[in-house]
Amino acid sequence: MMKRLAPVLAAAALGACLALAAGSAAAQTKTLRFVAHADVKILDPTFTTAYITRNFGYMVYDTLFAQDASGTPKPQMVDKYTSSKDGKEWRFTLRPGLKFSDGKPVTAADCVASLQRWSSRDSIGRAMTAAGAEWKAVDDSTFTLTLKEPFGLVLDGLAKPSGFPPVILPERLAKMPTTAPLSEVVGSGPFLFKRDEWVPGSKAVFVKNPAYVGRKEPPSGLSGNKTAHFDRVEWLYLPDSNSSTAALKNGEVDMIEQVPPDYITPLRSDPNILVGSGGAYQGFIVFNQLFPPFNNAKVRQAVLHAVNQEKFVAAMGYPLDMRTTYCATWFICGGPNQTDAGAEPFRKVDVAKAKQLLAEGGYKGEKVVVLVPTDITYLNAAALVTVQTLKSIGMNVDAQTSDWATITARRAKKDAPDAGGWNVYVTVAGEFDVNSPMTNAYLSAACGNSLPGWPCDKTLDELRAAWVRETVPAKRKEALDRFQMRAFEAVPYAYFGQYSPAYAARKTIRNLDKYWGIPTLWALDK
Amino acid sequence: MGILLRRIAATLPVMAVVALLVFLLIHLSPGDPAALIAGDLASTDDIARLRATLGLDEPLWRQFALWAARLAHGDLGTSIFTQVPVTALLAQRIEPTLSIALVTMTIAIVFSIPLGTLAAHRAGSWIDRAVMVFSVLAFSVPVFLIGYLLIWGFAIQLQWLPVQGYARLADGVGPWLAHLVLPCVNLALVYMALLTRMTRATVLEVLQEDYIRTARAKGLAMLAVLGHALRNAAIPIATTVGVGIALLIGGVVVTETVFAIPGVGRLVIESVQRHDYPVIQSVLLLSAGVYVLVNLLIDLSYPLFDPRIRDA
Repeated sequence: MMKRLAPVLAAAALGACLALAAGSAAAQTKTLRFVAHADVKILDPTFTTAYITRNFGYMVYDTLFAQDASGTPKPQMVDKYTSSKDGKEWRFTLRPGLKFSDGKPVTAADCVASLQRWSSRDSIGRAMTAAGAEWKAVDDSTFTLTLKEPFGLVLDGLAKPSGFPPVILPERLAKMPTTAPLSEVVGSGPFLFKRDEWVPGSKAVFVKNPAYVGRKEPPSGLSGNKTAHFDRVEWLYLPDSNSSTAALKNGEVDMIEQVPPDYITPLRSDPNILVGSGGAYQGFIVFNQLFPPFNNAKVRQAVLHAVNQEKFVAAMGYPLDMRTTYCATWFICGGPNQTDAGAEPFRKVDVAKAKQLLAEGGYKGEKVVVLVPTDITYLNAAALVTVQTLKSIGMNVDAQTSDWATITARRAKKDAPDAGGWNVYVTVAGEFDVNSPMTNAYLSAACGNSLPGWPCDKTLDELRAAWVRETVPAKRKEALDRFQMRAFEAVPYAYFGQYSPAYAARKTIRNLDKYWGIPTLWALDK
Repeated sequence: MGILLRRIAATLPVMAVVALLVFLLIHLSPGDPAALIAGDLASTDDIARLRATLGLDEPLWRQFALWAARLAHGDLGTSIFTQVPVTALLAQRIEPTLSIALVTMTIAIVFSIPLGTLAAHRAGSWIDRAVMVFSVLAFSVPVFLIGYLLIWGFAIQLQWLPVQGYARLADGVGPWLAHLVLPCVNLALVYMALLTRMTRATVLEVLQEDYIRTARAKGLAMLAVLGHALRNAAIPIATTVGVGIALLIGGVVVTETVFAIPGVGRLVIESVQRHDYPVIQSVLLLSAGVYVLVNLLIDLSYPLFDPRIRDA
């Protein structure tokens, strides 16, 4: 009997030894298991504006400047910089010792090539080019920017946190065509990407970058010392919210980037878990302005008069402390460009005024196609409230349901709404893609820019250009107010409220006060 | 051997038709991967440029011809999102899927064949009724609900097993098995229900045959009689097992999602959601191939259970 059992016992003993050895190795490696809001598929933050790719970018790349927690641009890879009085001549010097993950030093030539790539993709970069920006490497660590016109957003642009953040790549990669995403990942950020452990659709692994040279200032927002505390970070993609919250409760994961609203209250009752707000988001009702009725500004104003922001964000499921009841600005309440200018007539829902504007706008009961996504819960809720809002002012709504992937394809079509096109869809954007006339996707969409919806208002274009040119703070504020007042007239889109997505972390995770709207995982510790 | 080759050759036109249908279904369904890759803030010009780069603006027949030509050379293509070759994506996903299939069917066979045989032997008794109630319940209750209950009970309350994820066999049998127990028990319940009913029905039918009555009249032990009956009832059971394995290898999306296991099922669903054409086409084609192959193996296994088929 014992003879028969011997191999089984030996195998069990071997298994136990292996398990112990693995456990011991794991204990020596400090690992953060982080449930990301989406699966990272594209590894090039200079190619797509997808938030998950942007977040990936911040793990492995660094930027010349970065916003601190108050939204102020601070030098990051840059050591020193100077600018001329008229703001047209800039000179930047890199910090010494910066290295890419392939071991090569970061040079001024890399920065110039990266900024040229960024300028061809990003709204501020393009505006800078339009202002005659010329980047030039002086030596290995110094480069200059020369502008033909004043440009008030140089540092804001170099510290742009979202959309296309100006990450620094090696020159050879930065000079690759921008028509396809880069597949090679060579950065100088706080972490190194472990491609050999990448399982698309499941897991992306990063390890601490031993060659990362941190700043002396403490971490704040995306700026300061980004030297990682964790040896290893695993981004997990868990598509089932029930399983991800169960895994958090069980201690199998340390943190969930975005908790679905339904799970916020149950997680708050768990003594081992902390639920917090991660940044701010704004909801967009986007109109197709190529076709009636939304090619008329009065019809768009009518919708804005009918929007009850509280209803929208409540329907999305966010608790009271994670949503605003009313936000008067187009640029994020609590953001650096918050202003009430022009908001007064829209402060209260006014259905009668909306109906009057609808009549003045020539609306005659034609069908309005609203695209309703079925697979993204919060957008589904917002789309259904949009349908109800449009109906409440007497619009003839045709709500057409489909998955979000189909909507992203359909919204790019310029076909008539009754021929496969559309009139209205809803989406949301994070604060960094909303909070200024240049970064707000739809307010920055100049005539001729082909963002779906195709907004065009020449006055708004001129006011935006004036705001960009202005370098004196008080005058910039005046320019901003004028821009927002015009936005309330032109209504390039209707915003439907503001909310904060919730993150949840086990209480063993430290430094959560340094966690920001963009996951600043280098600042966290355990 | 000749029969085998003829059967394999006969599958080629089937696979060609499947390839064409899969291609057309995917490309004619609404959606645009370029719009998804470009992101929410991309302009229509950006999307159009990307479509051209990816070759998605080519006529459909040309896209199919290019894919078929590559396929003929054994090249399954590259994911247009991750830029990872489809073979590499499949290589990552096949181990979890095969593990699930193996463990699930093992659990199902080990429990359901004795249960079904016992139910047939005691047909009409309380044991039979209890087994049938179990079968109906296991088959009727949604898989995700049982999955959540298993997680709640064994992972959260008792903390015996992990909630989610997959550990590779190379990382040790213990972790591998620990991560498989809940999802496989979850899935095995469905197959147990199916196999138990199938076994009960076929064994019950065989038990009424004359030769069984003769065997019992001659005083053969009941266990030996049931053994004979089971062998004669094996063909439909083997067919069900085979189809079950093929289904499991094709991917079990709900279970893989609930337990966050990166298997083939999730690969297909994720690829469909983002219209990653090369991945969907190749994986669905391979899944069809697995079905065809498993059916072939089932056919070839019949003579093992019934020598009359071999002789015929």
